[in-house]
Parts: sequence; structure tokens; C-alpha cells
Amino acid sequence: MQPSTLLTPRPSARLARWGVFVLVGGVLALLLLPIGLLFVEGITFTPDLWARLWATSLPRMIVNTALLLLGVGAGTCVIGVGMAWLVTGYDFPLRGIFDRALLLPLAVPPFVMGFVYMATFDYAGPVQTAWRALLGRDAWFPPIRSGWGAIAVMTLVLYPYVYLLARASFREQAASTFDAARVMGFSRRRAFFQLVLPMARPSLIAGVTLAAMETLTDFATVRFFAFPTLSEGVVRIWEGRMDRAGATELAVLLLVFALLLITLERALRGRARYDQQGSAGRRLTAVVLTGWRGWTAALAPAIVVGLAFVLPVGRLIAWTLNEIDGHIPGTWETIYGAYIGNSFTLAGAAAAITVTLALLIAFTEKNERSRNRAGHRARALRWSARLATLGYAMPGAVVAAGVLLVVAPIDHALIAAGVIGGLALTGSIVGLLYAYVVRFMAVGYQSVSASLERIKPSMTEAGQTMGAGQLRIARRIIAPLIRGGTAAGVLLVFVDVLKELPATLLLRPFGMDTLAIWSYMLAAESFWQAAALPALTILAISLIPVAVLMRIGR
Amino acid sequence: MTSPALELRHLSKRFADRPILDDLSLTVMPGEIMVILGDSGSGKTTALRLIAGLETPDDGEIWIAGTHVAGTGRWTPPEKRGVGMVFQDYALFPHLTAAGNVAFALHAEAAATRGAHARALLERVGLTDAANRYPHQLSGGEQQRVALARALAAAPRVVLLDEPFSNLDARLRRSLREEVVATLRSGGTTAIFVTHDQEEALQLADRIAVVRAGRVLQVGTPRQLYNAPTHREVARFVGDANFVPGAAAGERVETALGTLTLRAPTNGRVEVLIRPEALTVQPDLDGGAIVMAVRFYGHEQALDLLTDDGSRLTARARPDREWTIGVRVRVGVEGVVTAYPL
Repeated sequence: MQPSTLLTPRPSARLARWGVFVLVGGVLALLLLPIGLLFVEGITFTPDLWARLWATSLPRMIVNTALLLLGVGAGTCVIGVGMAWLVTGYDFPLRGIFDRALLLPLAVPPFVMGFVYMATFDYAGPVQTAWRALLGRDAWFPPIRSGWGAIAVMTLVLYPYVYLLARASFREQAASTFDAARVMGFSRRRAFFQLVLPMARPSLIAGVTLAAMETLTDFATVRFFAFPTLSEGVVRIWEGRMDRAGATELAVLLLVFALLLITLERALRGRARYDQQGSAGRRLTAVVLTGWRGWTAALAPAIVVGLAFVLPVGRLIAWTLNEIDGHIPGTWETIYGAYIGNSFTLAGAAAAITVTLALLIAFTEKNERSRNRAGHRARALRWSARLATLGYAMPGAVVAAGVLLVVAPIDHALIAAGVIGGLALTGSIVGLLYAYVVRFMAVGYQSVSASLERIKPSMTEAGQTMGAGQLRIARRIIAPLIRGGTAAGVLLVFVDVLKELPATLLLRPFGMDTLAIWSYMLAAESFWQAAALPALTILAISLIPVAVLMRIGR
Repeated sequence: MTSPALELRHLSKRFADRPILDDLSLTVMPGEIMVILGDSGSGKTTALRLIAGLETPDDGEIWIAGTHVAGTGRWTPPEKRGVGMVFQDYALFPHLTAAGNVAFALHAEAAATRGAHARALLERVGLTDAANRYPHQLSGGEQQRVALARALAAAPRVVLLDEPFSNLDARLRRSLREEVVATLRSGGTTAIFVTHDQEEALQLADRIAVVRAGRVLQVGTPRQLYNAPTHREVARFVGDANFVPGAAAGERVETALGTLTLRAPTNGRVEVLIRPEALTVQPDLDGGAIVMAVRFYGHEQALDLLTDDGSRLTARARPDREWTIGVRVRVGVEGVVTAYPL
């Protein structure tokens, strides 16, 4: 009820407060603009374009996208929930290791998984070669280049989202419910299906939604498996035919899918929160499986981790070693160095900009909220911040198309005015960075605002009553308390940019090839061995946040 | 004559067009412990925040130790006011140790002596071993003491304490109150507490200011407030109160409980305040009331009575007698009473 703010109300601060508010409003508008313009673009219907798209491959793309979402959703749910219940409800040999190792696939970019599997299981790969050697030339083998292949690969790489949230839910909520159910005469199985699982529903939905978002943004994996989806279509039309209008229309359709996904999540999750705090932190009493039962139980996570992490990493390492051996000494380092430089420049700049803006937004939002929770300004900020972080749900191709809608007219206007000769924004990294910031703002914002919540207004007030000025409070109280969250935000955005493919592919200026682009391009031409080193590099860096997550998870 | 440690002159403050403080005035003398007592929404916390400089007054003036710090064009920021404050949630810095929290207030001192001084201050509040521990490793009572040590560190002219005991359990609350008062008194510190707990106010205060709807109803010593409340609201707020209708004539007042003596003469229809301990209750088959309920507290018991004219009274009785519910009693009144015109 008492208004209080992180920075005190001084009679002279009113103007500064207005300035900051306007600045933050501008930033939020820039974040919302790409998706907003794309939305408007979708409303202005262009029949001939749609007719052309419809006549070609559009129906198939829509069906494929839906099938892929369904398949990956179901697959991640089964593996994620199954593994989560196995490691929380049962005790078996090596449980403590598998419990964490099951998170490792989070570090594998889906397209890397895609090309490793393609190389391994396709007709010319070692598995089918061995199969034919064993059973004869015409021995049947399931078709790899198919929707099934794509679904399997995406499921293997995306199940950790569901696993992570389901495990947290089982750990925090299951214990007392489970005990109560057992006392009331439920069997373990019945208690799980009738109580524990329904209670975990919000977590499961959140996890599956995250997996579905990743699925929706992917174009490379499905391309390897010859299973064209909407994302793949946007990239294909944009790149192949240089038909940006057509690509934009398709991106609108993809946007509709993304919005459906968000709506579905909200509807299914209902009012439930998925971050319910556990009560006393008591864990479920796990059933101890000994002897052959225990080892059988250990086999399941072993297979999952083996397929989703050990196999791809093993192959990548082997390829990399071969590749380095085969090169003339000194050559690969220079190429590698250039790509690393590009990747780190982009990821570093995007992370710095994103987190700086996230800090600005979160700080202002908190300040206005603690000043007057129900005030118009606090409400406007809260809602637009919420909208601005929707970029994370938007596939990279959608964000790229939206950013182009914002940036291209500016470029053309500048050229028309004679200010510049070429495409200043579209042709530089400005457009690409813009897209990264829009797409990954949610990641930065969530880390930053979570750490900002630790600072109670009374702490800065206490600092003031102890004679500290604004600067000292900022340096000695606020900075140390948000350091961790800010660092986490930078790291997460950095890694996300490193892995990002569609927006990078569509918006990168000439010559600005990243590790991910390099790897993808070579893999698309079936140069698996050459594609391994950049892929492995991305994977290694992505392991850093996963390692942190594995520690926290204990 | 010494100048007051704190003077609030006709303070007003509105939030979103809702008046929070309405022409509030209060004077606190050096070394005095003043308790601002009021319900939530009475404006008492806002008053404290205005003194600290965490809010700006819309009207009125604030003077600290003879210096004009806020109002009518003046504004001294909180860090320059020389006040210490203990927050309701303590507001300890989670990234600093207990000693670090205290040392934060000692930034005017040389870095070399700061640590030792912080430790000495912690010792003063009885926290010798906790200096190197972080807030989350301290119990609620220990956190409270760190907050106090921190507020006292820079030898402030006034210490403000916002419901400092409300997050503690009852037993700890009582013992800590005494400790805190002893610490404040030993340093001769001027202190202003804000609380909604009348027991706490009576125990702590040199003087109490009862605040309601942004105004001071009455300022006085705990005894004055309890025995001669100037407003019905004050009587109800400080201690338990029975009100019975009566007709006053000079020093006498006629009530259903007999003719009683008034503290101050008045005339006409009045409401008479009778404290529960002023009621005497005797079992009597011809008495005018019956016992409705008994609450046993150990050192005393409280009786809920229903008189024949339908009014309800609460009386206190010694703990040794056993009262049966429904028994008929005679009710008398001891001592002088206070009346409020209707």
C-alpha cells in the first residue's frame, strides 16, 4: 500500500522519471514493432500470392508443421515425464548421474542432432551399411528421410525441457500428495496417474510448449529429413527465389501457428502456476530397485542419454579429429578463427544490448510498480513488457521477416534522401542484432527481473537512511544483488544467439557467416566431417549454462 | 530550554487523492521514546517515512533537532538527515554479513576502524558471534538486532522504528522489546516507534501519540491515555473498554450500574467509559446481570456479562474463584469514570 521506489522520489526527479518512461516506451515499441507490422501485413490480404503458395506446397507445409508439432509434443512428453518419474520415484544404480545427465541434450542444437543422425542412419551411413552387410543388399530399413526421422531427432533433443519442469514439479509437489494418497489406499500407480501427473500438468504444458516453440523455429533439421514445414518454407522462398513478399506471407502463417501455441498453452494451463513452491522440501520416498530390476531401470536413461548426447558428441569429436588431421597445417585455424570471431561478435553484442535493455525495462517497471501498483504507467509497462517478451515464442524466420518490414523502409527512405548509397541497416549487422534482441529479450528479461525481485524497496531506503547517496546505493547494494542474474542473462542470450540459425541465415550481411551458418551450410552439402568442428564448438559453449542448470537441479 | 529532537508541524500527505495525513502535528523531546499508535491505514507509517525523507510532504514542515528539513520549499534528502531507521522487514542487505551491514552505515569513518566499530555495535545489541554471518543464516530476532545496530551505527539524532517486532513470535517479542528500550535509553537516543499493538505501545513508550485517519487524537503518557482518554476511539484502542449510557449532572452520572463519580464534570446524555478492572462482580440471586462466558488467563479471568437491560460488559476477576456460566451476579463500579457526550 505504501508507495516506495528503488530510487527515492526527490522533488527534482519528476522530469528524469518522465524521460526514462519515454525512453523505455520507445524501446518497448521497437521490440513490438516487427511482430506488429507482420500482423498488419497478414491482415492486408493478397489473394494472388496466396493462390500461388496454395497451388504449390503450402498445404503440405501446414500439414507437416502440425504433424511435427504433434509428434514432438507427444514424444517429449512421454520421454520427459517417463524419465522424470523414473529418477524421482525410483532409486536404481547410477540414478544420481542420470538424474543430471538427462539434461545434457539441452546443449545440442537440433540441426546438429539432425545432421549427425542423417549421417549415421541414412543409406550411406555406417548403420545401414552394417545392416546390409548382415542381412543382404535388399534388407528393409525404416525410411530415415521422413517425418518420423525428424520427429525422433527433435524429440531426442527437446525432451529435456519437459524433463526439467516435470522433475521439479514431481520433487516439489509429489511427496506429501503421494503420501496422503497412499494412506487413503491408492496404489503407487494410481497415485501417480490420478494425482501426481494432473498436479504436474502446468509444468508439463510449459515444458511441451517450450519444446514446440523450438520445433516451430527449426528449418534445418526438417530440411535434412526432407520434411518441409512452414519455417523451412519461409527460408526456402526467401533464400532460393529471393521472393521476400512470398516469404513474408508465409511468415504470417507461421506467426499464426506461434500465436495458437501461446493461446493453447494459456488455455490448458488455466490459472495454475507452474512454479508452485514446495512445502517443506521433503522429497518423495523413492522405491529402491535392486539387482536386475535396478540395472534394467538404469538402462532406460542410459539409452536416452546415449542416443541424445553420447552418440552425437562422439561422432562430432571423431569427425573433428579426422578433419584436423586431413588439413594442411595452419589452414583450418584461420577459417575457424574467422567464424569464431563473427559468432562471438554477434552473440556478444546481442547479449550486451539485450541485457542492457532488459535491465532498463525491468528496473523502470519495478520502480513504477512499487510506486503505484495499479497506476496506468505501471500497468502499461507491465503489459508491454509481457508482449515484448513474446518474441521468444516467435520462430526465427518470423522475427526476421518482421524486422525486415521495419528496417527496409528506413533503408529505402535513407537512400531516397541521398543520405547513404547502399542498404545501411538491411545490409549490416544492425538488422540482425535487432532480430536477436527481439527474439531473445524474454531470456534476458526473465533473468534480470528475477534478480531484481530480490531487492526490496526498503533495502535502498535503508541505505539512504544510513547516509548513502544514490551512486553508492547503486554500486554497493543494487549492483552486487543483480550481478548474478545479469551474468546469467548475458550467458543465456549469448548461447541462444550462437545456436540461432533461421534469423541469422536470412538477415546476415554478406560475409558475416557464423559457426552455426558454417556448420549448417556444410552439413546441407553432406560434408559431415567438415561441419563437425563448428558444431562441436557451439555444443561445448552451450554446455556452460547446462552445467549450471545441472548443479542447481540437485 | 532545549529544542525538540523532532517537530512535525501541520503535516499533510495525499496519495492518489486519498488523504493519508491530515494536519498532523507532533513534538518529540531529546531522549524521549515516542510511540505512534494506530490501525493500519491510519497514516502512521507514512508519518515515519516523511520524517526519514522517503516521502515528500504535500503541506507542513518537518524539523529535526532545530533544523528545517522538509516542507515549505525545503528538502533535505534522506541520506543527509541524520536519522536511523529500522524497517518492518529489516531490509538487511543479503549480500553483506551482519558486520558488513552495520559497517555500511559507517562510511564516513576510516576503513581501518570500521570493522572494529561495527563489531562493537553488534556487541552492544548482544550479537557477538554473528558478525560474520549473512542475514539468511540469522534467526528473526538476530536479524532484528542487526537492523537496530545498523540504525544506531551513525549515532543518528532520531531513530525511527517501523513495527520492528511484528515479525517475531510473542515470547521473543516481549524480551526483545525490553532489550531494545534498554539499548536506546543507555545511549540517550531519541526514538519513534510505529505500531498497531497497544500492549507494545504501553510497554515501550514515554509518550504515546494515538493516530487515526491521519490525525493525532491524543498525545500523553501511557497512564494518561489509559486512565483519561480524551476520545472514545482512544479508550477503545488503548486497553479494553465498556461503554454504558448515562445521564450526567455535574460530577455525578446516572447509569444502569448505579450513580457514579465523574473525573470531569459534564451535563446531559453521555456514554460512560468503565474499564473491565473497575467492575466488581458478586454472585447474587437478585443481581442485575448473568455470566455469559468465562476466559481464563492464569493471572486473571475475564467475564462476559449480560445485564438485564440487554447491554454486554466485560469484567476482570481474580483467578481463584470458579464462575459458572448462567449464574446471576451483582455488578458494581469502583473509582471515578470518564464520560463522553453523545
